[in-house]
Amino acid sequence: LIVWHKWVRLAEENECQRRRHAAHFTFQPDPVPTKYGPTQKMNLFQSVTSALDNTLASDPTAVIFGEDVAFGGVFRCTVGLRDKYGKDRVFNTPLCEQGIVGFGIGVAVAGATAIAEIQFADYIYPAFDQIVNEAAKYRYRSGNLFDCGNLTIRAPWGCVGHGSLYHSQSPEAFFAHCPGIKVVIPRGPVQAKGLLLSCIADKNPCIFFEPKILYRAAVEQVPVESYTLPLSQAEVLQEGSDVTLLAWGTQIHVMREVADMAQEKLGVSCEVIDLQTILPWDTETVCKSVVKTGRLLISHEAPVTGGFAAEISSTVQEECFLNLEAPISRVCGYDTPFPHVFEPFYIPDKWKCFEAIKRMINY
Amino acid sequence: MKNMLTIISNALCRITGKNVGARVVVSRSYADFTPQATFDIKKCEVHRLEEGPAGKAELTREQGLQYYRTMQTIRRMELRADQLYKQKIIRGFCHLYDGQEACAVGIESAINPSDHLITAYRSHGYTYTRGVSVKEILAELTGRKGGVAKGKGGSMHMYAPHFYGGNGIVGAQIPLGAGIALACQYQGNNQVCVTLYGDGAANQGQLFESFNMAALWKLPCIFICENNRYGMGTSVERASASTDYYMRGDFIPGIRVDGMDVLCVREATKFAADHCRAGKGPIVMELQTYRYHGHSMSDPGVSYRTREEIQEVRSKSDPISLLKERMLSSNMASAEEFKVIDVEIRKEVEEAAQFATSDPEPPLEELCNHIFYNEAPIEVRGTNPWSKLKSVS
Repeated sequence: LIVWHKWVRLAEENECQRRRHAAHFTFQPDPVPTKYGPTQKMNLFQSVTSALDNTLASDPTAVIFGEDVAFGGVFRCTVGLRDKYGKDRVFNTPLCEQGIVGFGIGVAVAGATAIAEIQFADYIYPAFDQIVNEAAKYRYRSGNLFDCGNLTIRAPWGCVGHGSLYHSQSPEAFFAHCPGIKVVIPRGPVQAKGLLLSCIADKNPCIFFEPKILYRAAVEQVPVESYTLPLSQAEVLQEGSDVTLLAWGTQIHVMREVADMAQEKLGVSCEVIDLQTILPWDTETVCKSVVKTGRLLISHEAPVTGGFAAEISSTVQEECFLNLEAPISRVCGYDTPFPHVFEPFYIPDKWKCFEAIKRMINY
Repeated sequence: MKNMLTIISNALCRITGKNVGARVVVSRSYADFTPQATFDIKKCEVHRLEEGPAGKAELTREQGLQYYRTMQTIRRMELRADQLYKQKIIRGFCHLYDGQEACAVGIESAINPSDHLITAYRSHGYTYTRGVSVKEILAELTGRKGGVAKGKGGSMHMYAPHFYGGNGIVGAQIPLGAGIALACQYQGNNQVCVTLYGDGAANQGQLFESFNMAALWKLPCIFICENNRYGMGTSVERASASTDYYMRGDFIPGIRVDGMDVLCVREATKFAADHCRAGKGPIVMELQTYRYHGHSMSDPGVSYRTREEIQEVRSKSDPISLLKERMLSSNMASAEEFKVIDVEIRKEVEEAAQFATSDPEPPLEELCNHIFYNEAPIEVRGTNPWSKLKSVS
């Protein structure tokens, strides 16, 4: 009897923990793309591997380097590449982010395609000086004599459920403030591969943030061949007439659920837009949408003060002031460091977004 | 008759290596034990020094039992944390220290509580030696309000008076340590700062910046590299152009120390502390040690090293066994005493684990507290313009 009770209590505790630790979103896969050739089922890290595979095959100067990439990487994004292409093209660096990016800039300037991996976006700050002061300004200060457009930096990004302060950050806002680089964030495997290949092909230094919570959770049918998706172009995922919902990365899947909730419970028709490229961002698509709907909700995990939603909000009110029916709503993280145990309260989940829509409608 | 039985049982112990003595019920008075003994320790390789620490160390019975107790407590605490992690009661990141106990205990025994210490994320051992109870450490790991950082920091962020953590970003704690040493020098309080880092961090730029500043201004800073041979999954040969970490300070003198021998660590740290307190400037120490667990709980630890290697270190150089054998063979303590200590420690750790599992999590108000220092509580903007939380400090 005692054993039975213990077992029941354990099962209850497990159930509680399962509910508490359940993800705050449900991944919604894209429809199967038809114009890029045959597709294969891949998750996010496999689509990244596929993109890197295509690059190393087609570009003989391409090299991939970072901490632990040789054995496949801590998120398995580079599995098999070293065996296939050789250890002079896929190699480990010591533990030095500033060194990795500085080294990458050098490789890029000399003419080779450099794909640098920073193990977590939280660790990118030692390299911040190199990115902002060297990479971003190379073309400008040399009058187009030199540039490091061949550089692409990849880093896992965003909350993951148990990452706490230093494995969950979303630093896109810091880089959005720097002219000269491009910042791109995909929402799923199909987007990831296309956008990553575009970043690599792009003649500007690019930072590609990969939502780490989606590495395994996001599974789609991804084209096997190489294909590119345009940068600086936001994608309208769902058309609507009452509210524009704008987000990027993992938050898109939260927004899609919010759009369904709003339609079902409030009869509100939402237009969902994935920004995809943070810098330079597609002002035209967003403003056109706001002109149509009159209401805008922007959501991201990063803290609200100075987060990228602030820039979007400011630009939209400049362009679409007379079209706005309600103040632009920003549903973002609190202005605190990313917390340890408080994560479920911190992140802008679907309930907070839903509440914001209700208030905008009733303004 | 009793003495003969003891002598025979001890001899049998040493020959067979088995704990035969435990089955013989012997009562011995403390007068039977050797109060103090001198042991040979491995000579340290030195860099830019005339001579290193002596090749002999003295150990009293009390000291030996205390070192044993502290090391065994750290060992049991880490193993309990391993269990709690596998039960998903501890979540997030957990970097365990078992195998490296001699480093923490040796260092602490050579410095004063008023000296300062800062380390990286493999910090549970140092948190304990710097005075935090096992209860508070485990509660911090499980994220409860009884934890040393009120449950807000977790594994990598534990602090205590004169112990500055607990730092997640690799190498970031090194310039901090140099700064603490500057404060000691400025205040003229004869204290030193022990700044620890690993073999992975030894390739960070900030380390060399700190070396330069410390040597230039002769800061009382002891830079200690805990070389456990692997930076996460990368062995030192594959990460560093030079694996002589004690020489990497170049113009700073260095010592290479056997990090599995608590006495060797203690003597070397004493030597280093004397060096700093005499105003000779910084010094670098490399502790050659080993960790049994993987880098963190998500690393099995066997994909980049063989199980045989781990087993070999465990059987030949385990720090706790080394100390125990030394004390037993020189008759400084009995096996029963060690057993009694083990039982006490097990009880302490178990009680701490119970507390860590049952204590409530920090209240929601804590989410926004302690962001800034503010006299009047400030409002923190959050997920929506109408939902603000109060932050008090």
